[in-house]
Amino acid sequence: MTQGPQPSGRPMSLADRLPAFLFPRLSPIALVGLFIALILVGFLIYPVLQVIAVAFQNPVTGALTLENFGDFFNSSLFRQSFFNSFYVSALSVIVATVIALPLAYITTRFNFSGSILIQSLGFIPLIMPPFVGAVAMQLIFGRNGTINLLLRDHFGITIPFMEGLNGVILVQSIHYFPFILINLSASLRNIDRSMEEAAQNLGAHGLRLFRRIVFPLATPGYVAGAALVFIKVFDDLGTPLLLNVNNMLAPQAYLRITSVGLNDPMGYVISVILVAFSILSLWASFLVMRGKDYATVQKGGGGLAKRDLALREKILAYGVVLFILLIVLSPHIGLLLLSFGTIWSFAPLPDGYTLANYVRMWEGSQQYVMNTLLYAGIAATLDVIIGTAIAYIVLRTGIAGRKWLDYMATAALAVPGVVLGIGYLRTFQNVDVPLVGKPLASWWVIIAIALMIRRLPYALRACMAALQQVSLALEEAAESLGAGKFRTIRRIVVPLMAGGILAGFVTSFATAAVELSATIMLVSNDRDSPLAYGIYLFMQTPSGRGAGAALGVLAVVIVALGTVLSQIIIERDKKLRTAGRA
Amino acid sequence: MKTEMAGIEIRDLHLSFGETRVLTGINLSIKPGEFFAFLGPSGSGKSTLLRAIAGFGPQPRGEILIGGRDIATLPPWKRDVGMVFQSYALWPHMSVRDNVAFGLEERKVPRAEIRTRVDEALALVGLSHLADRMPNQLSGGQQQRIALARTVVIEPKVLLLDEPLSNLDASLRVQMRRELLALQRKLGLTTIFVTHDQEEANTTSDRMAVLDGGVIQQIGTPQELYDRPVNLFVARFLGTANILEGRVEVEAGAARFRTATGDVLSLPVEGRAGPTSIVLRPQNIRIEEQAGAGTLPGEVLHREFLGSQVRYLVRAAGTEIVVDQSHRAGEIWLDPGARVHLAANTRDAVLIAQEG
Repeated sequence: MTQGPQPSGRPMSLADRLPAFLFPRLSPIALVGLFIALILVGFLIYPVLQVIAVAFQNPVTGALTLENFGDFFNSSLFRQSFFNSFYVSALSVIVATVIALPLAYITTRFNFSGSILIQSLGFIPLIMPPFVGAVAMQLIFGRNGTINLLLRDHFGITIPFMEGLNGVILVQSIHYFPFILINLSASLRNIDRSMEEAAQNLGAHGLRLFRRIVFPLATPGYVAGAALVFIKVFDDLGTPLLLNVNNMLAPQAYLRITSVGLNDPMGYVISVILVAFSILSLWASFLVMRGKDYATVQKGGGGLAKRDLALREKILAYGVVLFILLIVLSPHIGLLLLSFGTIWSFAPLPDGYTLANYVRMWEGSQQYVMNTLLYAGIAATLDVIIGTAIAYIVLRTGIAGRKWLDYMATAALAVPGVVLGIGYLRTFQNVDVPLVGKPLASWWVIIAIALMIRRLPYALRACMAALQQVSLALEEAAESLGAGKFRTIRRIVVPLMAGGILAGFVTSFATAAVELSATIMLVSNDRDSPLAYGIYLFMQTPSGRGAGAALGVLAVVIVALGTVLSQIIIERDKKLRTAGRA
Repeated sequence: MKTEMAGIEIRDLHLSFGETRVLTGINLSIKPGEFFAFLGPSGSGKSTLLRAIAGFGPQPRGEILIGGRDIATLPPWKRDVGMVFQSYALWPHMSVRDNVAFGLEERKVPRAEIRTRVDEALALVGLSHLADRMPNQLSGGQQQRIALARTVVIEPKVLLLDEPLSNLDASLRVQMRRELLALQRKLGLTTIFVTHDQEEANTTSDRMAVLDGGVIQQIGTPQELYDRPVNLFVARFLGTANILEGRVEVEAGAARFRTATGDVLSLPVEGRAGPTSIVLRPQNIRIEEQAGAGTLPGEVLHREFLGSQVRYLVRAAGTEIVVDQSHRAGEIWLDPGARVHLAANTRDAVLIAQEG
């Protein structure tokens, strides 16, 4: 970074008066970076290291040891859990691929009027927490659910969609397939038409063309999406817990800590395994993608040529798409039915319909909603502020070690919510907050901080992308006209990044609002519970399901409204900017 | 590598993108083994025409015959037409060898034969040592050659080159176009080369078609097009042209050209009376200090030194005229503002009758 000569009129700061060795001269931006680094170390790096350290310590003597891991692998329950987590994650990736591949292929390769349908409906699963849908899925696909009741009546068979691990796989793949859909579609769209035409010119077509050219070129996107699905499923706590599948790693960690206690080393061992697997799959996907920037779209040349569909193909495409969408939206449909239903048991549909669930939900859960808005609001606001600051520091300054801010913030991706929760409990149980009179670990603010850390990687990516769109020349123009660094950031950079920052805010807010893994560990009393935990509490009893579903519907509506609102703002922002240019 | 030479015949080809007509009434005959260029500005339809021959883009109306067989309705993979893309379109997930082998594999050529033919093709473009590299490890010029090898290895009936030199830097471009021509001569492959650069077309092609607005303006050798353009577009597109508007007058067997400003140039007898444009190349005009018979008075506006030549911009006959004088050492140049007289060599000029 080039620094101009300091204006002589500026008053001496504290740093100027102190000896230089005591207080190295840092630019104000570097100070901001340092502050962010401290937050990340304090609330991410240190708690996780703490968890890892405990896993390698003898619980009594505190000596360094591997015996905890020995105990873990000597227990058949833990071996089973380990295998189950792996099996469920792998199968979820496969099922999610089966769902996403046809949708991605149809939208990118053909002139298909249903594409808009896929683009909008394909993302809906993401705005509902998977554990919320899980209950509704039980009612539709479970042993005595709609589908199996119908199958039994008409064909005398049942299919164990929701039995044990199957249920987790089904719920997870339906929830997480959009990650593959989004990444794969983007990759397919980035393939230059000439890549395909060159192959056709040399004699390839149809399925061979897809297998040899199109799909390999889309693999980076596919692998990125698949790795994300694998990690998410491997780390998820809410869904198996709600489906009462406890022989998986994350539920085991949760149960050990909550029932055996904070000093039981097994929770920590599982945490280390969860983190190790997250890092491993991120690393594996990095290896696969290394040196494979296949985005080949040339300037002026569009993506793959889109073909018109013949009538028969069109019917087939619509059939496939509608069938997939029906399955994908079944948790939503089920949830809606459940929330309006009176009693829904051993019947394809509820016995009757009522608004009573909503009344009961509203009476019992205003506190949950307020808490959620507060926590997710704080988390998302901090995320975009920190995200913007990190993006600016990494992309626009030469501050030493700036990359580490990015690495640290992104490292949160590899830290499951359970692990962060355990880390906070362990680290902050004895840190008393002044004036509140509680340890930090059981103060509600810690929930907001956990959400902030968990969502930071996504907000950061959005801010980075937004800043990369802002031409450096625009900043230089402002600086040459006399605006200082901070004024340039405030008046030029941030306004131009607004769309991206807002997008980052909304994703952070929406996903934080429905997060369960970390919060379930950190909620110390019901009054501090956010919505997601409220739903979880309702769903624990059969009589609370209707109200829980109503709360789930409310959560989906809040998140959907947020998304729509942000879309409107982004569109208006875009229009404003193009109008300014014309 | 052997190829049977095949000619290309295009008959009454029309093509539109939806409502927009892109190509109109294309008739073209390319001889076997010919190096043929499609020359035109961007948007002239030259690339669209090339892509139509390869089978890409909307289905055209009309016939495209290669070696006497109409291929206009065949899909791209059945045409046996080799195309080198502007972006080279090397597949980044395959090694150089795999890229080159692709077309042969699609043709179910035996494995051993694929190996020898790929080696031959790589040797042909002089890049045998790069066979195991990935495309993103190659320079632009190398990628270009691999793309060429990938196309010629399937021994296509014709070779289509879509602006093959546009992504290379200037010095490499000159070298590559010589190599292209040498390769084409060696293989005897009927070749179409699309370019917007007249110098590229002039230096490589046996004949060319100049396109504008989706219509072929003129077909001929580079020399024919330069010396005898049939219309003002071709005259302007190929080299620098001074165009004066006026009339041809024929009196007592002697023809004269009277410009709009009333100046008169004498013409060789062949002129036909009527409103006409006269095309004068910069080297066909001399600068004289004294007025003479049929000279145009003018004033020097601007001077550029081009090395072998000095180029003057002279205001005369109500327009600005470019004049090239060959440069000799120590010569004294005219300065802007100098009064001069222009003498045109009308024997080398082209008369283009104005329509309507």
